[in-house]
Amino acid sequence: MTDRNFLLKNVNIINPAGTFSGTGELLVENGRIRAMDRPGKISKPSGFEEIDGKGAACVPGLVDIHVHFREPGFEYKETIATGSVAAAAGGFTSVACMANTNPVNDNPFVTQFIRAQAREHAVVNVYPIGALSVGLKGERLAEIGKMRDAGIVAVSDDGMPVMNSYLMRKALDYCKTFDLPIISHAEDANLVGQGVMHEGFHSCCLGLRGIPAESEEIMVARDIALARLTGGRVHFAHLSTRYALEHVRRAKSEGLKITCEVTPHHFTFRDEDVSSYDSHFKMAPPLRTEADILALHQALADGTIDCIATDHAPHAPRDKNVLFEFAANGVVGLETAWSAGLNLVENGTVSLERLVELLAVMPAKVIGVDGGILKENGKADFFLTDLSAVYTLTVDELRSKSKNSPFIGRTLKGKVVSTFVAGKLV
Amino acid sequence: MWRNRSLVQTLGLSESDVRVVLTRAQELKKMWLGWKGSEFPHASLKGRTVVNLFFESSTRTRSSFELAARRLGGDVLNFTAETSSVTKGETLFDTARNLEAMEPDLLVVRHASAGAPLQLSKMIKVPLINAGDGFHEHPTQAFLDVFTIEEHRGTVKGRHVLIVGDIAHSRVARSNIYLLKTLGARVSVCGPPSLMPPSIEKLGVSVFHDLRKALESADVVMMLRIQLERQNQMQFPSLGEYSKFWGLNAETIGSLKEKAIIMHPGPLNEGVEISQDVATGSYSVIMDQVRNGVIVRMALMDLMVGHD
Repeated sequence: MTDRNFLLKNVNIINPAGTFSGTGELLVENGRIRAMDRPGKISKPSGFEEIDGKGAACVPGLVDIHVHFREPGFEYKETIATGSVAAAAGGFTSVACMANTNPVNDNPFVTQFIRAQAREHAVVNVYPIGALSVGLKGERLAEIGKMRDAGIVAVSDDGMPVMNSYLMRKALDYCKTFDLPIISHAEDANLVGQGVMHEGFHSCCLGLRGIPAESEEIMVARDIALARLTGGRVHFAHLSTRYALEHVRRAKSEGLKITCEVTPHHFTFRDEDVSSYDSHFKMAPPLRTEADILALHQALADGTIDCIATDHAPHAPRDKNVLFEFAANGVVGLETAWSAGLNLVENGTVSLERLVELLAVMPAKVIGVDGGILKENGKADFFLTDLSAVYTLTVDELRSKSKNSPFIGRTLKGKVVSTFVAGKLV
Repeated sequence: MWRNRSLVQTLGLSESDVRVVLTRAQELKKMWLGWKGSEFPHASLKGRTVVNLFFESSTRTRSSFELAARRLGGDVLNFTAETSSVTKGETLFDTARNLEAMEPDLLVVRHASAGAPLQLSKMIKVPLINAGDGFHEHPTQAFLDVFTIEEHRGTVKGRHVLIVGDIAHSRVARSNIYLLKTLGARVSVCGPPSLMPPSIEKLGVSVFHDLRKALESADVVMMLRIQLERQNQMQFPSLGEYSKFWGLNAETIGSLKEKAIIMHPGPLNEGVEISQDVATGSYSVIMDQVRNGVIVRMALMDLMVGHD
């Protein structure tokens, strides 16, 4: 990656975690921000290029702590290279990828492989997440310490809820040594059963087996209790239900080390959207009800939810374009998260600054990596965005190898114009 | 006039849509009963090909559709492929595309997966009749049930129809609820709470758990088949216990109104949801349902793809 030296002028800097924001300019040297100031205050050193931001918003690079890049093992769905291009296209400069690859990232060798592939082929920062249990089987602990040394930033059996409470307890105990958060995919697998969508009026009409909201609530309550027991750190992935959020709210006021995320699809779509058996609306946990969405919005605003993560889950047509009950769970999300977030700003749910906190500042904190802030001598990871652009998303626009997005055909707001990672346009 | 290309579900059909079918069925039944010649005079499907695409085994329903098409002079191709857990739908879509290329005039589709006919109908141009999909819908069953009720009791408007059994896993229940409500009937469901789908009351039905109580005001009692495997899925303790509380037998029918009728979509589990004597007794119209099944399917095919 060659570093570039340039003066970026005429931008509106949105920087809730930093000391400088507003209209101004930004000097980048060797991949780092050297100066930020009001228009005309920075003199351009000789040999530096000048870039006109044309009034675009300049935002700290977004950080997604929940993506599936499918490598190794499922390269037909996505690779670290293609996934990172999709990330950059969506304004993300850092991502953390889940361990459910083949082989599973449950040992330092796979961790090293992912990091090597990232160094070689990725255009954004890629951080591996290690499995909690060997083979994601929920039976015994993976070599978390060795993986930490190899570079994992969190521990998770995402996709496979840890049903054994004893194992979860021990994992929370054990991870304290390494200061790694455990990311919990909170669903009671027995209660989920063969369910394929939210259990309610719409599952009744469609004749599809339902997944009650309580399957999430129960596991959230359990993991909070275990966090209290162990003093361990739990981060809840993709929360979708109103009552789960109430548990999190209480746990936070109790001072427990609990954080959580929500996905753009869960705060945008509802169970009713499944009505045409379109598998682009199938994921785990499932899309919930209007009341849940309102609760998610409330929690995004009041700080109960720490961050937005996409759960970017690429699937090829052969896995997705099949009958609803057999279709793979999950949707791609990296390229639509910023626009989905801007919808929350548009409808008054959160401020633009709060949105940047949710998508950049807080996720970086949860996994303890650099990012989410523009500051002098900090890394030049940021993106430029036209906040007022309106467009209809088409399949062809998606850079991800897989096109399974529920946002296709929808009118979206806010375009990512360009993304810089360590000062390099990617 | 039948305005829809396909029949995927009874949800959303208007009262006049439904009446068109029922009236046609009445006319065809009259013709059928009065006919004595060698060839049925109303050969509106002559030169038409109907493909029975069955991904879930069903001898009765398939035979009923086949007979309906043949009586109207149509050709029938039976395509049966049992769904296994590995056929995720590619096979279905692929098969349907292949069959479409052979230019049939009508597809009759049964599939164990809810939504299969709806998804198919969006992919292909050939008119399609849903012959049952998962727990979703079985529209022709609802048509033949309503036709049978009206034959015996006059209009269903204002009648109290009670559906008893495994409502959660029943496409027959869903299709009947929609159709009966559209025609102004009062519909109740009865069964163990563990076999009730969530929010069923939002469909505008009353929910009973006590069969005897529910039977008292019913004009029509529809018994549903109880699947043996449900007891292994923790849905209820045993068939014996199910039968004791929700089975129809000589004793429970004591609470029935004098003119009530008893129906069952078949196949019956005699001695479980219904006793043998009740199934063949004076309240039962089960064989009329089977007879009318052919007639109603004739009416639908005639309206959908028949010559003028």
